[in-house]
Amino acid sequence: MSTAAYPTSWRPPPAFFGTRTRQHAAVIAALLYVAWSVSTLNIDVNRALAGFGRAVDLFVRMVPPDFSRGELLVRGMVESLQMAFAATLAGVVLSVPLGIAAARNLAPRPVYLAARGLIVVGRTFHEVIIAIFFVKLFGFGAVAGLLTLAFHSVIFLAKMLAEDIENVRVGPIEAVRATGAGFLQVVVYSVVPQVLTRSVGTAIYRLDANVRHSTVVGIVGAGGIGQTLSASFSRYDYDFAAAILLCIIALVALGEWFSDWVRAKLR
Amino acid sequence: MSSAVQKRYPEVWRKHTPRETAARWLWIAAVAFASAWSVSALDIEWVFFKDAHVQAADLAGRMWPPRWAYLPKIVAPLVETIHIATLGTAIAVVFSVPIAFLAARNTTANGFTWAVGRGILVASRSVNTVIWGLLFVAIFGPGPLAGIAAVSARSVGFLAKLVAEAIEEADRGPIEAIEATGASTFQVYVVGILPQVMPVLIGTTVYRWDINVRESSVLGFVGAGGIGIYLYASINQFAWQQVLVVLLAILAVVVASEAVSAWVRERIS
Repeated sequence: MSTAAYPTSWRPPPAFFGTRTRQHAAVIAALLYVAWSVSTLNIDVNRALAGFGRAVDLFVRMVPPDFSRGELLVRGMVESLQMAFAATLAGVVLSVPLGIAAARNLAPRPVYLAARGLIVVGRTFHEVIIAIFFVKLFGFGAVAGLLTLAFHSVIFLAKMLAEDIENVRVGPIEAVRATGAGFLQVVVYSVVPQVLTRSVGTAIYRLDANVRHSTVVGIVGAGGIGQTLSASFSRYDYDFAAAILLCIIALVALGEWFSDWVRAKLR
Repeated sequence: MSSAVQKRYPEVWRKHTPRETAARWLWIAAVAFASAWSVSALDIEWVFFKDAHVQAADLAGRMWPPRWAYLPKIVAPLVETIHIATLGTAIAVVFSVPIAFLAARNTTANGFTWAVGRGILVASRSVNTVIWGLLFVAIFGPGPLAGIAAVSARSVGFLAKLVAEAIEEADRGPIEAIEATGASTFQVYVVGILPQVMPVLIGTTVYRWDINVRESSVLGFVGAGGIGIYLYASINQFAWQQVLVVLLAILAVVVASEAVSAWVRERIS
């Protein structure tokens, strides 16, 4: 009897990459990548190590958080919330025409391609980049932030709406069309009932996303709590910054909970 | 006919009960009120909107034609941007696995460790990458190191949340089979649960990487390395033709990374 056929030890097969040789190759490639990227980044090891000491120092200066300037804090948070609400509203209204234009089964080919192109380009740029342009056009303040969030909301909601419209069942559309209905009547009586519930859910999700993003556009001066936070960091006012961060975490967690709750009810 | 019967079998059909109708109107009223309050409180100067299109056209005019001579200068920062995203995501993966086990109800040790795990998830996810950048620039000083730390701080929560959900939904069979061999808890986690959540971990990681490339493009605004510094500098110098080159370069990199991410996710699923 050969013992080779019944090995006495067992090792689990690699979880992915198929074979052990390919797994080793992947690990080596990953290590080479890390070595290459770290060498090009010019990371100063001493400064990195000093950072850990400074992190402790920073933490000590953040505790306890300073809530004494409550009025400033509340004003920033409320402004962020208002930006998020107003931007979601604008997004919902403006995303309807863009969403219809970006739906393959409703829009003519050239309109569809133009709308899809706008969506791809709009999605690419981070809020902060869009914000800096609106700050240049409309000056510092909440209006620039509102427009930034509205812009991103329109793009996002239109994309989701277009996908929902593309997935509608054709039966109702054909039935309404067979009655001799025009384009608008087809949309109102056969498409809207099919996508409405999902769209409300998407809009609520976007409201939650806008609350998150409203905390960051202030970094480039587009209003909201982010502007207050950025200012407190540049003044080395870390205990106030800690208070702001805690409030942001609470607000975002609350927004997410609310959005999950409403969407669970809609389903 | 008694009124009770009539109430149960009304003459006219309505889609909603009076209670449902009232709830719907309440929701609509709440939304209308919140919108009106938000729009009115923001002090929007509508005058600015009048010439906005002229301003935008003026800006577009200044951007054209793109100054392509600037492109060689931004290749290195573009590569740095991708490095920040990749290394940040890699670090996040390493930390996210233990945190996910801590935050999943069926693998955490007790109520306290579960609360700690959930707390880490909420804190990590609620703070935007750019705000994490602000914090880490204060710690490590300006540069890509702060960017890497910021990207991983934000991604840890994102990855760990989805992996924790996958752990909670893991199939009991393999876990019980490994337990029956007398394996330690650690061995059960590594051999029984980890392979089951691997597809979720890899898929989410690749998806997050592509989000991180986009996020890294603005980390430079707070001094955390990458292409953002060049974009910010060009805007502040009113060098609009350079701005256009940087924007086009970011567009190309982000679209390419999105395509790579979609391709990989399609292959593994």
